[in-house]
Formats: sequence, structure tokens, C-alpha cells
Amino acid sequence: MIPAAFEYEKAGSVEEAVSLLQRFGEDAKILAGGHSLIPLMRLRLAQPSALVDINGVKELNYVRLEGGKLRIGAMTRHVELQNNDLVRQNVPMLAEIADEVGDNQVRNMGTIGGVLAHADSAGDYPTLALMLEAELVTNKSRYQAKDFFKDVFTTAMAADEVLCEVVFAVANGPHKYIKFRRRLFDWAIVGAGAQKLNGGWRIGLTNVGPMPVRATAVEQALASGATPEQAAEHASDGLNPSGDLRASPDYKKHLARVLTKRAIQQAQGA
Amino acid sequence: MKRKVSLTVNGTRREDEVEPRLLLVHYLRDVAGLTGTHIGCDTSQCGACTVLIGDKAVKSCTMFAVQAQDADVQTIEGLAKGDQLHPLQQAFWDEHGLQCGFCTPGFIMAGVYLLSQNPNPTDDEIRKGLEGNLCRCTGYVNIVKAVRTAAKTMGGQTKQPQATAATAGGD
Repeated sequence: MIPAAFEYEKAGSVEEAVSLLQRFGEDAKILAGGHSLIPLMRLRLAQPSALVDINGVKELNYVRLEGGKLRIGAMTRHVELQNNDLVRQNVPMLAEIADEVGDNQVRNMGTIGGVLAHADSAGDYPTLALMLEAELVTNKSRYQAKDFFKDVFTTAMAADEVLCEVVFAVANGPHKYIKFRRRLFDWAIVGAGAQKLNGGWRIGLTNVGPMPVRATAVEQALASGATPEQAAEHASDGLNPSGDLRASPDYKKHLARVLTKRAIQQAQGA
Repeated sequence: MKRKVSLTVNGTRREDEVEPRLLLVHYLRDVAGLTGTHIGCDTSQCGACTVLIGDKAVKSCTMFAVQAQDADVQTIEGLAKGDQLHPLQQAFWDEHGLQCGFCTPGFIMAGVYLLSQNPNPTDDEIRKGLEGNLCRCTGYVNIVKAVRTAAKTMGGQTKQPQATAATAGGD
């Protein structure tokens, strides 16, 4: 399958990428790892008029610990996250999620910024960003994760905005992310994450709606002394997932409850 | 509009004019004439198109040829030294790690990457390392055996494939 024709330029810096986006207009797209965009282009579900390739933008590839925050450049690849000591020590769930994205070949190319900007409802990083209240930094502004994801494949970013950095507060307590899928390299049918942070629990859900979900009802139940089993019953509160080839809406809600329970229990080491 | 792309394929420098939309796998097969790299699924799932770019295994169906500017690409054709097969090729032969053979080039390239990262993998690590490649014939048992055998042949002293200063996709 051959994508529709497009113009192509490599950017050497964020500044150059922005000016290329402005020159090409709103049908242009940033090309990061390309492992969501290129498949969509092959199927012609996406037909951007131009691609601005930021793979050569070295300034977007880093992991730093500064002022108690883990700062990650948007072009940092999954393989670099899964093996990075700073990530493993400070936000271990991020390294564990990176280790489970796609397969070796995908992890060698795909980037954290690409996943977040693409905002696929089955993406795992958006859930983690939401539950850990990460900050997403672009060339224009800073977004809280809850304000960044607007709909499926839709973020708050403008057409000439480039995601540059993701900032996580340190979260190195008990945690578990469970990705339920049929084959190792698949996207999550449903995913659930639990992270102990500042004495409370953060619970996030993947692929149960157009955007990532923070299961606040579960968090509150746990704070009020409910067992993981009792609290997880609230994981499907307010959810209205759409069905797909792999799971009906009811099955996804069931999975949300079961996986939330398991994630909390496994995080606790129970 | 066509653009010039220059890269190294199996040690040979090439320069070609390509459309930006030309996928690397089509470039390798149709422009460079290296048909050992296969197209299995066209949906980035099966891994039949796996090649090495620098020291990294990638799916050449999920990259444009223009992205490989200045890259060092290695395909299945670049593994053997004359008549002497690469240890992984030999092990797939000896262990019969294939039936129809369509997925084999991708498995071997993924195996080369796997052993470069982990020269002495356990069976579980081999299976996880090959998760991005699908075989519809073998049931994988002989493929895992072949990688295990190759690891032994290579004496657990696998060196990283040579990294080049400029890898496509920029590290």
C-alpha cells in the first residue's frame, strides 16, 4: 500500500520545524517515530500534504532529572525509556510501559512525544501522563495532561505547535500497569494502572473511551479505606466505551473493574 | 517531487532519486533490487520487512526511504560472507527454523539484533525478542531453537553490529 504524495522536509531544530509547519499550512504533519502516522498514511486514513521530519532534532532527545522532576524530550524513543536508569529509578512505571509498547522494531523507532501527540485512545503513555499529572511542554505553552487530551486523536495543540517535553513528578512507590491484549505486541484492549503517590493512589484506565481516564471514584474509595476489590467496582463508573472488534462495551467495563483490582493488588504485592 | 537520497546498503554506497512517499522496503526491493526483504502484512505487524539501520532492527515498511538519508542499512543479503552463511542463517538451516520461508529473512534480521543486545538469551528472552515477527507455519519451536543454536555458535561473544555516526531516524 502506497501513501498519497506529500512534500517532505527535515527540520534540524524545533524552531525550524515550526517555521516549516507554518509554511506548509494546517494539512502538514510532524513525522516523529512514524509508527502510528505511516500505517495510517498507507491505509490513506491520513493524507497529510507535507511531512516535517523531526527525527534529526537532537535537542528533543534526552532524559534529565532536574529539581525533583523527570524531564523527557519528546523524541526519546521507547527503547531509550525502557533501559534508562533515571526513568527506572524515578518513574519506574514509565520504563515498564515502554518495555511493553509494540515490539523491538517498534520500540527502536517510536517516541514518547509521538504517542502523546497522536492521542490514540489505546495509547498507554497518555493514561500514565493523566494519572501522574504530567506536564506537556510545547514550543508555545505548557499543558496539564488533563487539559491536553481533547478527544480521540485530538489534543489542545495548534497546527503549528510542536510537543517538546514531558515532565513527570517522581513517582517511585508501589505501582503496576496491566495491559490486557491477545498478542504481545498488540495495543491494550483495556489497560489499567495503579500508582501509590503521596500516601494516596492514582488509578488510570486505557482504551475505555475516546481519551485516557482517571478513575477518581476508585482513588476516593481507596482513600476511604475500601479494599482493592471493593474500590475496583467503581472503575467502570461513568464509563461509556465504544465496542470494537476485540471487545464489546460491557466487556471493556468488566475488564476495567477486573484489571483495576489486579493492578492495585499487584502494586501492593498482594 | 523526487528527492535525492544517499545511503549505504550492505556496505555499498547508493544515491537515488525517490519520491518522499516511497517506503524503505519498496526502495530496497524495487530500486536496489534486493528482494530478500519481504512484505508480509503491510500493516507494521509481521516483521517480514525487518532490516538493520545502524545497530537497530526496524520495520522497513514503516519508514520512508528519504528518512534513511546517510543511514547504514543491512538486509538479509548482507549477512553471508561469500559462500559462508552467517551463524543465524546456518542455524535456521540446521534446525529447520522455517517451513515456507517467507518470514525467515525478517526473523533472521530480528535475531541478529536480539543477539547483539543479548548474546546469551534464555528461551523466554528469545520469544520476547522475536515478538515483532510472525510465522504462520512453524509454531516457532524450531525458530527459537535456531536462535539458541546460533547464540552457541557465536560463543556468546556477539559484537554489536557496527553503529554509524548517522543512523536514520536520528538517535
